[in-house]
Amino acid sequence: MSETSKIEIRGLRKSFGSNEVLKTISLDVAKGGVVALIGPSGSGKSTLLRCINLLVVPDGGSVRVGDTRFSFGDGSKLPDVKTLAKFRATTGMVFQHFNLFPHMTTLQNVMEGPVTVRRMAKADAEKLARAQLAKVGLAEKADQYPATLSGGQKQRVAIARALAMEPDVMLFDEATSALDPELVGEVLAVIQRLASEGMTMVIVTHEIAFAREVADRLIFMRDGVVVEEGPARQVIDNPQAAATRAFLSHFHRTGALPPATTVS
Amino acid sequence: MYQWDFGILWSYRWLFLNGLGVTVGFTVVIVVLGLVFGLFGAFGSLSRFRAVRLLALTFIEAFRCTPILVQLIWFYYALPILAGVEMTPITASALALSLYGGSFYSEIIRGGIVSIDNGQSEAGAALGMTPGQAMRRIVLPQAIKRMIPALMNQSIIQFKNTSLVSVLAVPDLVYQSQVAAHDSYRPLETYTAVAVAYAAILIPLTILARRGEKRLAVGE
Repeated sequence: MSETSKIEIRGLRKSFGSNEVLKTISLDVAKGGVVALIGPSGSGKSTLLRCINLLVVPDGGSVRVGDTRFSFGDGSKLPDVKTLAKFRATTGMVFQHFNLFPHMTTLQNVMEGPVTVRRMAKADAEKLARAQLAKVGLAEKADQYPATLSGGQKQRVAIARALAMEPDVMLFDEATSALDPELVGEVLAVIQRLASEGMTMVIVTHEIAFAREVADRLIFMRDGVVVEEGPARQVIDNPQAAATRAFLSHFHRTGALPPATTVS
Repeated sequence: MYQWDFGILWSYRWLFLNGLGVTVGFTVVIVVLGLVFGLFGAFGSLSRFRAVRLLALTFIEAFRCTPILVQLIWFYYALPILAGVEMTPITASALALSLYGGSFYSEIIRGGIVSIDNGQSEAGAALGMTPGQAMRRIVLPQAIKRMIPALMNQSIIQFKNTSLVSVLAVPDLVYQSQVAAHDSYRPLETYTAVAVAYAAILIPLTILARRGEKRLAVGE
């Protein structure tokens, strides 16, 4: 699998002070694969996700995305800011609280990466940004400020903003956890379409039914270790570890996804 | 009952205008220089390097926690002896007032920057921005809006603090009015007129600043 894998994590360790958040984690994501990370809060799943694009710099182990590999710990030098920035430009990330830039219109938000990071000409960036906004069903909101949008619309803009960098991988950090229940569906629909287009994705989520539907692999984490891992449906329908069973018992695991009425 | 006679001040008009010119010019210099010191202080105190942070904090606290009047006198009388450089009263007071203002500006600028949610620079970093790019494109444009009322307020204080340079015989509005008061034996009229002059300049400025704030708030 590691021959064709897009993301390869080996022996990843991370502590915040005396709190060991990740204890020697390894993980592979195949090209075009969709991995769902689930687990109780404090399990380290968000930290693991943030280690993939090095928003959090690990203490030990290695991270590879595509052809770029970084090793950490034991005398290996920390990558400098330029190297880190270049690396992060190839991975898209979507945050729980959207983190849209409030001083820019929707269009400017989506153009910001291409213009500032990729040094694209404004006209080209605008064309790209409008196309991405159309893709998430928000072409007509281009000139509005984020404050005027609903949570679901904000998150779709955030996805468009990440996609405008034309990344190889997309990372979703509880992208629907801050949304009102009726707005979850429109965001999940966008993520689902990305999956069907073959985007490599790692999704931290509490939407178990969605993970079952969209992810091909599922990883259950607790206390900084991977407790159980396997094909998403198999783990959700028939969890082996007691901890996984206990965690999953809190969720409806099957059934229809929330309707996505606003995305055409 | 005191008999007011403001008419007598008319003969000192050129003296007052001269002083007012010095006061306004001085304010422009110490606000601009103060903002420069403030920028250095703010970014210094946010630096990744401990030594730089320490240096910036020392500067900020040294000037924030000592009285400006003491600083003015110290810069004029003590610094030349310690550093061996002669300074004119104007240079000494411009330097002291700029550094004093700069220490407060530093805290305003630093406060504005740290008040922006960490998720903003994180989103910039996730797009592939360097910390510098995220600061310029994402954090500062938002932070500056929040800083403006406090920066304006501090600049008003700077304007009024220029009145202290009269102790070093810099011929500002207060110094010249002292001359006029001694000459005319009319201190009540003189200092009343001076107070009105300060307010007459500052009140329109505060109104302008408030309008500007409202305009900046659009889109939030």
